[in-house]
Amino acid sequence: MSLLEIKNLHVNVDNHEILKGIDLTVNAGEVHSIMGPNGSGKSTLAQVLARREAYNITAGEIWLDGKDLLAMKPEEAACEGLFLAFQYPVEISGISNAYFLRSALNAIRKYRGLDEMDAMDFLPLYREKLKLLEMDEKLMNRSVNEGFSGGEKKRNEILQMAILEPKLAVLDETDSGLDIDALRIVAKGIEAMRSPKRAMVVVTHYQRLLNYIVPDFVHVLLDGRIVRSGGPELALELEEKGYSTMETANATPA
Amino acid sequence: MSTNVDTIRDLAEREYKWGFVTDVEEERVPKGLNEDTIRLISAKKQEPEFMLEWRLRAYRHWALLEKADAEPKWANIKYPPIDYQNIAYYSAPKQKPGLNSLDELDPEILRTYEKLGIPLAEQKMLAGVAVDAVFDSVSVATTFKGKLAELGIIFCSFSEAVQKHPELVKKYLGSVVPYTDNFFASLNAAVFTDGSFVYVPKGVRCPMELSTYFRINAAETGQFERTLIIADEGASVSYLEGCTAPIRDENQLHAAVVELIALDNAQIKYSTVQNWYPGDKQGKGGIYNFVTKRGKCLGVNSKISWTQVETGSAITWKYPSCILQGENSVGEFYSVALTNNYQQADTGTKMIHIGKNTRSTIVSKGISAGHGQNTYRGQVKILKGATGARNYTQCDSLLIGEKCGAHTFPYIEVKNSTAQMEHEASTSKIGEDQLFYLRQRGLTAEDAVSMIVNGFCKRVFRELPMEFAVEAQKLLSVSLEGSVG
Repeated sequence: MSLLEIKNLHVNVDNHEILKGIDLTVNAGEVHSIMGPNGSGKSTLAQVLARREAYNITAGEIWLDGKDLLAMKPEEAACEGLFLAFQYPVEISGISNAYFLRSALNAIRKYRGLDEMDAMDFLPLYREKLKLLEMDEKLMNRSVNEGFSGGEKKRNEILQMAILEPKLAVLDETDSGLDIDALRIVAKGIEAMRSPKRAMVVVTHYQRLLNYIVPDFVHVLLDGRIVRSGGPELALELEEKGYSTMETANATPA
Repeated sequence: MSTNVDTIRDLAEREYKWGFVTDVEEERVPKGLNEDTIRLISAKKQEPEFMLEWRLRAYRHWALLEKADAEPKWANIKYPPIDYQNIAYYSAPKQKPGLNSLDELDPEILRTYEKLGIPLAEQKMLAGVAVDAVFDSVSVATTFKGKLAELGIIFCSFSEAVQKHPELVKKYLGSVVPYTDNFFASLNAAVFTDGSFVYVPKGVRCPMELSTYFRINAAETGQFERTLIIADEGASVSYLEGCTAPIRDENQLHAAVVELIALDNAQIKYSTVQNWYPGDKQGKGGIYNFVTKRGKCLGVNSKISWTQVETGSAITWKYPSCILQGENSVGEFYSVALTNNYQQADTGTKMIHIGKNTRSTIVSKGISAGHGQNTYRGQVKILKGATGARNYTQCDSLLIGEKCGAHTFPYIEVKNSTAQMEHEASTSKIGEDQLFYLRQRGLTAEDAVSMIVNGFCKRVFRELPMEFAVEAQKLLSVSLEGSVG
């Protein structure tokens, strides 16, 4: 059984069709990259997977590890193991990073029938992951994303992923706004999360992240449709020729 | 969006869990208010002559105000006229006179406090909290009295203070809030039936939190309690106040007065968690919480700090204030006021700077949800002699949903050019982005809202004593329900 199965997904926003029939199958252990220009529907796909409510799903099905994802609330999807690394992480004033993350972890543990983790057990885990992402421990007690630089926010997303250990991680333009050092660190964090039990869907505009995280599959999204699928070499081809060539090629999905 | 709205609407169905009625035999005077009522109350309490005189003067003043229709109308609140003759001004659980120990207390009342989570019995006490409990109009038990007495601290019901420490009462009663202060303060002065009294002698730091728990039980009664706290030179005390009431369809009036006096180098910290019955979802019933609270920093280097978490009551009208008379004295006001459904709150503070180098801090967090209307009203006044005075005000409003309102009325009056004033204000809405972010991490919509609100209030919660802070956070979550949408 696939970890993620999207069948004929059609999505409207304000009566405007954004996704026009997406089919995608992702198995455990695989990393898929969704590439496409601005406005192609990449972020919409990511948000729909995370069950954001502003989208109107007009047709199609999504199965997460055999369960009907479209019947889930956002928090249920999260507890079932879906994680979205946000393109624009939000700030939560007055709530410390550590408290927030432990609350999230415990909400998920509780859903799965596990004991809640207390602050003493949580601390070493948190420290270990901070180290992985080369983040300052001081960030623990700062409010969630408040006063963080763009790069720190993105690292914080990966930190959360590392602690919540999702089955399926959807990374929405995690590389945008990162300088080369931050990109390397973020990529290292993501690479460390690769496992035969976990799948990732990496949504990105540029190929550069894929130099660090080599995907198993690359899909090109244009105007709400996957127009081409292939291996990592497709990303390089895109980098060279640009998205415009794909439009004319418009081959049937592999 | 719909799932969010539905989830949160579901939460609104939760009930006010403190809304039960205790079945005890009550002794009450007939409804209505005239000089005879005052005399009756005073006689029941076997008060000395000076108290009766004071009450009568207050009553006469109030009667004039009432005739002149001088009930304050400036607040941003709406309610039908109150019929002051249709209220019973004294209601007390019947009990043997002169209670010597908790064992003699009506077991029904004890059970009530247990239900409320107020452990009256000393063995169940949270270590370090002494409780005075006011049930309707009468103070029913004061715990830890003996332990405090060893340090010379007086912590007792107001009635007892009148009997045992009349000189202190006479000296300080009305010295901060005179009976002429305002309509509700006059009414309180005339008819107040009990409350708490604290005196901390020179140089003594009160080793435990002192606490009063107010409970309105009887129907068609008002609760008019009066609290007087005096910290003598170099003394310090932290005082907590909590309140609940049964669910009733009629509105009930609660008009309390609190006076604090801090002498040289003394500190008083006064914390309130107010959770009177707020009325139902349509706005029916609930307590009118019309309260006058004021502290006077009489001595040099003295400090008075108010912290309030106001989640209950149909209407809150309350401005805990500081008169900063002593040089270098400090006044603080930290407030969280939440209005949900049809609740209205007009609350804030006054900081009156009289002495040199006086400093004040105001941090107000207003949360409006449902059809709630939340008003911050504050006055900072720097008088001519207050050279080097400073004030910092931060006033934030958080809106949840489309139908609520937040209003801010800051008044600043400066008569000394050396004053430094800072005022910050913000209004924000709980964003769908924030909610989605938290839910994507596994938190329910309910927990997400409550986390955002708790974060918003953090600056104030930090000022609350530990046990209270936890309680306040829980209360906020419960009171918040029915919010986004």
